Amino acid sequence: MTTDTTTKDTAPGAPAPGTTILDARGVTMRFGGLTAVNGVDLTVNSGEIVGLIGPNGAGKTTFFNCLTGLYIPTEGEVRYKDRVLPAKSFKVTAAGIARTFQNIRLFANMTVLENVLVGRHTRTKEGFWSAVLRGPGFHRAEKASRERALELLEFVGLAAKADHLARNLPYGEQRKLEIARALASEPGLLLLDEPTAGMNPQETRATEELVFAIRDKGIAVLVIEHDMRFIFNLCDRVAVLVQGEKLVEGDSATVQGDERVVAAYLGEPLADDPGAAEAAEVEAAEAAQAQAAEATGAAETAEADTTTDTAAGKENDR
Amino acid sequence: MTTQTTAPKNTGAPAAGDASGLIGIPAHIGRALATGGGVLTVVSTFLAWTWTAEFPGDLTVYGYPGGLQVLVLVAGALTALIGLASYGVKGLRWLVPAGADAALRFAALAAFATAWYTVIAISTQLGGLVNLEPGGYIAAAVTLIALLGSLALPVERPEPDPFDPDDTGWERFKHTSAHNWQIVKAAFASGSPRPVRALPSYAEILIIVAVLAAGLFVFTYGIGTEYDELFVGFLITAGFGFAALNKSGLIAQASEITARHQNITVCGAFIAAACFPFTQSDDQYATIGVYILIFATVALGLNIVVGLAGLLDLGYVAFLGVGAYAASMVSGSPSSPFDLHLPFWGAVLVGAAASLVFGVLIGAPTLRLRGDYLAIVTLGFGEIFRITANNLDGTSGPDITNGSNGISSIPDLKVLGFDLGIAHEFGGFTIGRFANYFFLMLVITAVVVLVFRRSGDSRIGRAWVAIREDETAALAMGINGFRVKLIAFAVGASLAGLAGTVQAHVTYTVTPEQYLFAGTTPPNSAFLLAAVVLGGMGTIAGPLIGASLLFLIPNKLQFLDDYQLFAFGLALVLLMRFRPEGLIANRRRKLEFHEEDEAPAVLSKTGA
Repeated sequence: MTTDTTTKDTAPGAPAPGTTILDARGVTMRFGGLTAVNGVDLTVNSGEIVGLIGPNGAGKTTFFNCLTGLYIPTEGEVRYKDRVLPAKSFKVTAAGIARTFQNIRLFANMTVLENVLVGRHTRTKEGFWSAVLRGPGFHRAEKASRERALELLEFVGLAAKADHLARNLPYGEQRKLEIARALASEPGLLLLDEPTAGMNPQETRATEELVFAIRDKGIAVLVIEHDMRFIFNLCDRVAVLVQGEKLVEGDSATVQGDERVVAAYLGEPLADDPGAAEAAEVEAAEAAQAQAAEATGAAETAEADTTTDTAAGKENDR
Repeated sequence: MTTQTTAPKNTGAPAAGDASGLIGIPAHIGRALATGGGVLTVVSTFLAWTWTAEFPGDLTVYGYPGGLQVLVLVAGALTALIGLASYGVKGLRWLVPAGADAALRFAALAAFATAWYTVIAISTQLGGLVNLEPGGYIAAAVTLIALLGSLALPVERPEPDPFDPDDTGWERFKHTSAHNWQIVKAAFASGSPRPVRALPSYAEILIIVAVLAAGLFVFTYGIGTEYDELFVGFLITAGFGFAALNKSGLIAQASEITARHQNITVCGAFIAAACFPFTQSDDQYATIGVYILIFATVALGLNIVVGLAGLLDLGYVAFLGVGAYAASMVSGSPSSPFDLHLPFWGAVLVGAAASLVFGVLIGAPTLRLRGDYLAIVTLGFGEIFRITANNLDGTSGPDITNGSNGISSIPDLKVLGFDLGIAHEFGGFTIGRFANYFFLMLVITAVVVLVFRRSGDSRIGRAWVAIREDETAALAMGINGFRVKLIAFAVGASLAGLAGTVQAHVTYTVTPEQYLFAGTTPPNSAFLLAAVVLGGMGTIAGPLIGASLLFLIPNKLQFLDDYQLFAFGLALVLLMRFRPEGLIANRRRKLEFHEEDEAPAVLSKTGA
């Protein structure tokens, strides 16, 4: 496997790589007595792909919702390009952060093209009167929107299905369409919530390529995923969230080598536990595997996948 | 115990899976019976059915069908034609692009139901079967034969589910009846029609003209029915006949053609509607026409709010009321508190603007709510409007609306020197007061249709649909949900206000009691919503047809009286059970309600 995980040269016109575009400081989210996210700091630099991993219920999606304005953090603040994010999700999108959802939330009874056109909403201005009077400006804007939407469909490989209903697309293509819809709002940062959940290995590979292509357009990407191989292939940096707190952050090797991460995913052996010896053995094997080449780790991640997939959609997107 | 997997016996039918009729007559005989029955039905309508002219319509004449006989004649002819087409007769095959059998069943059912309704109506009204002439017996017999023949045609039977051997007798009975019901449903189902051949566009336009002319004729006939029996017969024939044409695939082909020429269809429909007053000899039915148009226009405005943006508004009639009150106050009526007489354009602007302001005032606080909460709050505001209008009478509050007496003797409109209040002569046709208003209202309807079509197919329209489909996702895509919903609400309100200005002048008087939540006469909020739901949410034709039916049926069936609301409720329940997407289905909506059905791959333009 020769996937290039270093940052490629970004497209011209993109902000200089290395400047911080997303800066979350001490984000805390409490629901009543439950602290779902506790004092998480995270930065995303332009032209970077950052991964966010953690066991189910660790607060990843809640953190995402804090970043996109669906939730207002109880404490802390999120800055995008040095401006504090507004508290409404549509304003966040207008500011330049677009997202996809963990359980696909397409407009199922609209066509593929219409879905992407809805994504263009913040970048177009035509209001009610313009729609009723249909001046030349309306036709121009509508045509431009259509062209841009078709371009995006071409980019994700759905141009041939522009007139199909979104609900009729196969699962993998629905995920792609969600990404195209998010890209239609011309974001500077794209948040992907489990983009490969339920995909087979080929589709996962294709998604990987797609994310690289998005990064090459100069769009930073923050991605939640359970597929470790996918994450470690893709990301320049990975942050691990466990029980609402950030455990580690660093490049793939750092995270994979961290004992606490392994423990968080697999649990720690109990003292005097009758199965302790076996558990320790398994853990050692897993740790060894994780440190070894990623190919050998495939079995483990596949296993992790099957367990998490069944829980997909449980986490609260609101 | 052995597992019993044999098919349940159904009227002596052989084992499941093969294609046999519902009745044990060989298929070829059945087809002959149905076709022959259709022909004989046509013949029988030329006989006398009763001896006295006491039964309305005069069914006593030989050689000249009258009243209900004409309807039976139409249904019988349809049966005969479809029957012949099912034999593959050259020149008739275009009639049944989706297969003839299901269509034949419905056509035979139409003839049967209309003929038997007539016969039963004659015998109950005149007191006994003795009042029937031989013609009546013959008609009843041949329509029955045609129906039985059509039921003997082969049916694609669904495979029955196997029995659970441990079932009790009751469970087994339920199982069997469920399967029988499946068979009956299969008998009345039809295949998908073959696509229309590409015709030259003049031919397609001619077809559209023919379809619109037929529509105008059917509508005019329905509105002009003079007695209850004829109207009931009309409903029966039109309903089953429409079902037959639908099953034959003609309706699907027609809508395919109209979808290709949408602008022509819309313009043609308005021209057809404008022809309506010219088909009438006096102003009697133009009155019904203008009331239907007012009702339908308001329903179409509501369809923007409910059908496109998905906001359930139960107080919509209040906007009609605001428009009507505002227009009446500047109309120069003696009971208006303002001594002001604006010309028509001024009144229209004032009415629409007042409704717009009212809509924004109500929408701004309530549109932050979702779903049921919004419905309850709008219901409340609708009632608040009525009660407020009732109380602004000088004793409970300032004297503005003249209380429950309302604002009366509103003068007739003059548009560009044309007095709408008096009859005019146009090339030999007398166009009375209500016909004048009918034309004015048609212009308003055209405006509403234009607004609906154009706004629906634009950035704002897509935002409405997106909000309806998934509000959270729509917000995450950068749509300002509140703003977009407020626009939908305000647009809907001002369109209703527009209709209200005309309504005030048509009815001479504006009182609070015209704007109830629910009442026996449309328009009221419940009927408006019912017209939208019944006709089909998100479509243009749906609310227009729904409103016509909801206005005509209570208006024509006076004998229903106290049972009117009951019958209405029952019809609504049945419709929601069997066709939740409404009479005219928006493709999108249809998919929402029939999740399990296989959706077509491509959403055609008609769905938008």
